[in-house]
Amino acid sequence: MDKISLELGGGGKTMRDFIARTILPTFGNPRLAPLLDAAHLPGKIAFTTDSYVVDPVFFPGGDIGTLAVNGTVNDLVVSGAKPLFVSLALIIEEGLETSSLNRILRSVRKAADKAGVEIVTGDTKVVRRGQGDGLYINTSGIGRVVARPRPRAIKPGDRLILTGTLGEHSLAILAARGEFGFENPVKSDCAPLTFLLPLWNRGVRWMRDVTRGGLATVLSELAGESPRPLLVEEKDIPLSAAARAAAGLLGIDPMYMACEGRAVMVVPEARAAGVLAFLRKHSQGRRAAIIGRAEKTVGRPGELLLRTESGGLRLLEPLTSELLPRIC
Amino acid sequence: MTTDLFHDRRVTAGLLAEIAGLAGRAPAPVRLMEVCGTHTMAIHRHGLKDLLREAGVEMISGPGCPVCVTPDGYHETAIRLVTERENFILATFGDMTRIPTRLGSLQTAVPARGSAVKIVYSPAEAFETARRNPSKEVVFFGAGFETTIPAITVTALRALSERLDRFSVLTAFWTIPAPLRAILTAGEARISGFLYPGHVSAIIGLEPYRFVAREFGLPGAVSGFEPADILLGIRSVLEQIRDGRPRVDNAYARVVRTEGNPAARAVMEDALEPCDALWRGLGRIPGSGLRFKPQAAAVDAAGKYGLRPSDDAGDAPGCRCGEVLRGILSPSRCGLFGRTCTPEHPRGPCMVSLEGACLVHHKYRGPVRAVKRKI
Amino acid sequence: MCLAIPVRVVGIDPSGETGKVDYLGTKIGANFALIKDIRVGDWVIVHAGFAISRLDENEARETLDMLREVQRAGEG
Repeated sequence: MDKISLELGGGGKTMRDFIARTILPTFGNPRLAPLLDAAHLPGKIAFTTDSYVVDPVFFPGGDIGTLAVNGTVNDLVVSGAKPLFVSLALIIEEGLETSSLNRILRSVRKAADKAGVEIVTGDTKVVRRGQGDGLYINTSGIGRVVARPRPRAIKPGDRLILTGTLGEHSLAILAARGEFGFENPVKSDCAPLTFLLPLWNRGVRWMRDVTRGGLATVLSELAGESPRPLLVEEKDIPLSAAARAAAGLLGIDPMYMACEGRAVMVVPEARAAGVLAFLRKHSQGRRAAIIGRAEKTVGRPGELLLRTESGGLRLLEPLTSELLPRIC
Repeated sequence: MTTDLFHDRRVTAGLLAEIAGLAGRAPAPVRLMEVCGTHTMAIHRHGLKDLLREAGVEMISGPGCPVCVTPDGYHETAIRLVTERENFILATFGDMTRIPTRLGSLQTAVPARGSAVKIVYSPAEAFETARRNPSKEVVFFGAGFETTIPAITVTALRALSERLDRFSVLTAFWTIPAPLRAILTAGEARISGFLYPGHVSAIIGLEPYRFVAREFGLPGAVSGFEPADILLGIRSVLEQIRDGRPRVDNAYARVVRTEGNPAARAVMEDALEPCDALWRGLGRIPGSGLRFKPQAAAVDAAGKYGLRPSDDAGDAPGCRCGEVLRGILSPSRCGLFGRTCTPEHPRGPCMVSLEGACLVHHKYRGPVRAVKRKI
Repeated sequence: MCLAIPVRVVGIDPSGETGKVDYLGTKIGANFALIKDIRVGDWVIVHAGFAISRLDENEARETLDMLREVQRAGEG
């Protein structure tokens, strides 16, 4: 690949290959190697970073500011850390309306308060018109480690639990872009996952937020580290009516749609009912559901399997290339 | 997720049991061709392929993938339009943009100044794009079968009547009955019956398939795309085999009328005429394509811009997409499949198109060791 | 080549040729040029933004009844 293509940032295989073949060999060190959402550092500190390039910057249910805080907060939560401090670096396109910037900064503040974190440092740069899609944000976050994700401890019978419905963030963005004359009332699911922190003491082995690449991609990565194959039950996956509509109208598969406020976790069989009850008590977890398990007899280690609604069995692949709505 | 009846496991299990009973008593191994790429996709995505095999029915993919059968020459023509002409918008369905040709793909092509590739989900969107951009020429790359052809044609006629001179269509119109006849006449594929495409049939009705039963004595059923619909269609074909009465059954009567959609066909007859067409994998088939009649010349991109898409299929060495499209090679039997030809590094269109048989076989394959599932 | 789904017509523009359809609460524009006498409340199959066929509600009901029978037989 001579020139960088858009696919590199897409969350699919191209990006994963880039990380494996370029990033790791260049920087390879024991703290980076596990490629956790947040690095665990000495002194029980977790450290993460993320950049936000969403277009449009305002969408139903949030904006780039809400995304920037929650994304980083959530990376810390699913890595077993209580989020504490966040940095905020702004790259602003010349000509962005001041009122828009102020609105976004207020969103950042509101999201930070809701997630219980402080914005403690930052940076501001301005680039020439035509180079910034309005605004890019980078946030880095520091948290206190409360647990260590242990995917290798997964046992047969462990349950996979999803905290809510799939796809609302993707759909809110699609609708906001006005593409395909698509109108739907759905709001982005962008939200902090801090309410999940107590679950690290309830036996949760592993957690990941379901972002770029969607549920199939996130679980594929887990399958790579799990000693047992994973089986997902298609009929048990919570889907909003809007996601099902998009799937039907545009041919987009909800298994690959990005969320910004949903997590999937692995829980020992005996603790699953308790975790589910805990989630459903919370406003963000009402549609939580057990969607599968680590398998004992079906499949081979490394495999992510899907039992289809109709009763068939097949592999569930990670995202390979940018999702294109199809009609033909 | 509440499962509706068309996806319900008890329904599919019940229909599969009936199918297994019928297939078990059939006089010969049952090999059915699903013509339409959307059927191939549905059969594999829902895990029906292995379930059907266990029930004694082998499904074979057919040529019904417009992206797969359109020769590279057309894609290269489209690429040249947007890379060599300024202020030009090439509007297309998403799938078409990933086909790799000697000039790269539409997705990776670097447009000329002021030009762009625009992915649309409807030809109407391409029309609106032309309306809203008075300084641009817009060409819609219209590849499709009879499901899509009327929609594209209506849009083209509208451009003519409203004199939207900036809009035209680069056509790659394929019709379904002709390749079926070619495949049956060639006699290479061992086929016991057909699953006919539900939405093409919504347009053309049942009559165009009758020759399959009359001249070749083979059963077939028009079928929808939900798991239960597919199984109902297959059950019908097996019943025809049992009764020794091949015909064209309509197992999708809630959508398909015997006469199809006369209004849609009238639009097609108005603006289009049959022409010979060269299909990737199937070669030249007389009268198998459609093109604009002379009176629609103003909206025909080929005439307007002096385009002569080459018939060169441009297949990479070793690529056997042609045999896959003719139903004589299962994708997993191609030597390149899963090795040098994968979804990330595709060698042929059947591995690129989201409904290409090779991509579908690869993406939705079953686990390596098929283990008896517990109900 | 055939991705199309049953949707309900919820609005028809003054021209009669275009309008809005609803699928599970999501609305999208559609063109009705290929369907005669389109009415609000009709169920149609939409492909590439165009309605290509009207749903026959009697046939739909019959199919659902039949599938329900199969489902019940499976439960026994």
